[in-house]
Amino acid sequence: MKLTKRRGAFVATALSAALVLSACGGGDDEGGDGGSASGGGEFSIYIGDPENPLIPGNTTETEGGQVVDTLWTGLVTYDHETSEATFDGVAESIESDDQTTWTVTLKDGWTFHDGTPVNAESFVNAWNWNAYSPNAAGNSYFFANIEGYDELQAEEGGTPAADAMSGLTVVDDLTFEVKLSAPYAQWPTTVGYTAFFPLPEAFFDDPEAFGSQPIGNGPFQAEEPFIEGQGITLTKFEDYAGEDEAQADAVRYVVYTELNTAYTDLQGGTLDIVDTLPPDAIASAEGEFGDRYIETAQGDITSLGFPTYDERFADPNVRKAFSMAIDRQSISDAIFNGTRTPATSYVSPVVDGYRDDACEACELDVDEANRLLDEAGFDRTQPVDLWFNAGGGHEEWMQAVGNQIRTNLGVEYQLRGDLQFAEYLPLQDAQGMTGPFRSGWIMDYPVMENFLGPLYSTAALPPAGSNVTFYSNPEFDAALEAGNSAASIDEAITAYQEAEDILLEDFPAAPLFYRLNQGAHSERVSNVIINAFGRIDAAAVTVND
Amino acid sequence: MGRFVARRLLLTIPVLIGATFLIFAMVYALPGDPIRALAGDRPLAPAVQAQLADEFNLNDPLWLQYVKYVGDLVQGDFGTDFSGRPVSDTIEQRLPVTAKLALAAVIFEAVIGLIAGILAGIRRGSWFDNLVLVSTTLIVSVPVFVLGFIAQYVLGLKFGWFPTSGIGDGWYSYVLPGLVLASLSLAYVARLTRTSLAENLRQDYVRTARAKGLKPSVVIGKHTLRNSLIPVVTFIGADIGALMGGAIVTESIFNIPGLGRAVYDAVLRQEGAVVVGIVTLFVFFYIFFNLVVDVLYALLDPRIRYD
Repeated sequence: MKLTKRRGAFVATALSAALVLSACGGGDDEGGDGGSASGGGEFSIYIGDPENPLIPGNTTETEGGQVVDTLWTGLVTYDHETSEATFDGVAESIESDDQTTWTVTLKDGWTFHDGTPVNAESFVNAWNWNAYSPNAAGNSYFFANIEGYDELQAEEGGTPAADAMSGLTVVDDLTFEVKLSAPYAQWPTTVGYTAFFPLPEAFFDDPEAFGSQPIGNGPFQAEEPFIEGQGITLTKFEDYAGEDEAQADAVRYVVYTELNTAYTDLQGGTLDIVDTLPPDAIASAEGEFGDRYIETAQGDITSLGFPTYDERFADPNVRKAFSMAIDRQSISDAIFNGTRTPATSYVSPVVDGYRDDACEACELDVDEANRLLDEAGFDRTQPVDLWFNAGGGHEEWMQAVGNQIRTNLGVEYQLRGDLQFAEYLPLQDAQGMTGPFRSGWIMDYPVMENFLGPLYSTAALPPAGSNVTFYSNPEFDAALEAGNSAASIDEAITAYQEAEDILLEDFPAAPLFYRLNQGAHSERVSNVIINAFGRIDAAAVTVND
Repeated sequence: MGRFVARRLLLTIPVLIGATFLIFAMVYALPGDPIRALAGDRPLAPAVQAQLADEFNLNDPLWLQYVKYVGDLVQGDFGTDFSGRPVSDTIEQRLPVTAKLALAAVIFEAVIGLIAGILAGIRRGSWFDNLVLVSTTLIVSVPVFVLGFIAQYVLGLKFGWFPTSGIGDGWYSYVLPGLVLASLSLAYVARLTRTSLAENLRQDYVRTARAKGLKPSVVIGKHTLRNSLIPVVTFIGADIGALMGGAIVTESIFNIPGLGRAVYDAVLRQEGAVVVGIVTLFVFFYIFFNLVVDVLYALLDPRIRYD
């Protein structure tokens, strides 16, 4: 017993890196360019074990998200190349005069897998269920900007005042109105996300059964329940109303607890698609798989956040100095095998409005960094703490960051990476970071605002939001607001870029990297597309034999 | 014998109560806020966090949480994990898998281990004996995950003799993982049997038996092997419990959806109900197989009596 236990504990640390790597994320995609006309056949895709039942409102991570996205088609879909929202989904149009009240018109003829129609109520009821706090839906916060959301949130120990958001009104079978609590020009782009998928009547009768065998409106349907720890096989939905119907007859999602095992199966030919590769395989995979190796830019950003509440880091010039002392490219090459792109902005290159020269302080400039640090009177004799969460594989690169700070600025560093998420996150929320910290963000939907508002606005301060640098600037908030209420997407982006400029001046965090995602597939399948959310377009995949 | 078994079974009750409380307290003692960690960098809506904390009694003191848990438990309710999936479903789904894997491992452990140990013990100093010594030393010194990856790569991927992962091929899927899981214990069993047998073969009564002109098979089979097996049976019995609970590494490498990995993940997520439910099951198996071992003693060695 003792020996066995020790073996377990020993390997547990080795496994945890892979575990955490495969267990976070968010995003969505459907649709596709379609391959050859006929198709047929069955293929398999790797997933990790979904943490939650397969209910759109409760699917917060990539694993379940991939399955849910295959089963549903949202109001809008996202283009694979540009990540822009397109009206290839259920919505005919989403229009507004004031960016606050949106009229959603649905296409006629869409049905769920059980044959019931997809109508305005399917959306409104689903959204109300998701937002109603006693249902404890993980994606509840996506509806926070709809009028009446607050009335659906229970006070401590009580029940909410209402069970339907006052901002949602069904006009007729194919039309509903959404009133936001504040203008948001990019709102139509957000509604392609998993959280906004419609739900059929059957869901409300028995959410639990639905969670293991969901009924969606997408290109594939579930004819059998999901088996925990094993997976699910989805079959082509013949009555699919969308344009990009499934090319294959069936897709089999196989649950793996170890990414390495999935990779071995891919090499052995028993698995067809792996959408993420084990870190130690990345270097050799490109040569091994050739054109069956897929690399896609991800809609995410890794930053070094600064505790703006800490006296030592209260001066923006100190923060810029630290940023200028970091050679991002060499860390990417040495630690990540070149799978990270040095960040040049607070937003990801996959969204509209990204500027590749936005961040001057993201360039390595040791002399300027030292000058700024001297000017600010920074005490170099005291070491700085570098914080990150344990078990996420962050130690190596954080150490590299530390070494560069030591070499380039002459400041000693101390790694503080012992805390798991369960302790690390509450500490962040409680202003407990005593030095720069690792901060990761994966976009919810491909809009510029998603990289700014949720991370740096005053409204997003903990505990409600993720503004863990505790940065707060009314000018920044105002610029965001201007973007949200702009009459067109272009005007909105101009305003968001102004907001980003303010951020670049105040520098609450140092943008570090954008991730490139690596995947690979077997010779049996073609037309494998992995989008900026890290999701595979299962409908587009064709089986060769 | 019946009374002995009954007494031992009754004793499991306080042990199980103690075990559940200890495990419960340990999960409770883990630092941090599991609900906050659920969604990672992006926090859940505050009302949702409050709802979940309330649902799982996370704001109550330890004793109250435990009382509520046991209260549900005696009504047959094992509780749910944070996503609302009943723990009993998890167990129902994964226990057969774990049991099959453990059974495969025990069969390998007992059959190969015993045969190797007996042959080596009888012919001490022979080339076979040396082979067993060298190979078991090798197995014991290589960590099981290295062994697992090598077996998977060579036998599964390169030669294609076995499925590389999963349980899609029925019992055949369990052969390679079972062998890997059994490897360490198998080596111990072989060595234990060899030593025990060799030692007993030097006893006076064996010489007497031989002098009486008994056939070698009777001398070894009846007079030596039976009592030589006592330490081996003790080891195997205790090992079954360990094989069921400690297969995390093997389960992960071969992607076997068993209980080990489920409980490992649950510990990381601080899902008290899942950890307590499954580990209690492990404790129960451990006790049960120890009881079986004790009963077997009496069968193996006539000198041992329980009543």
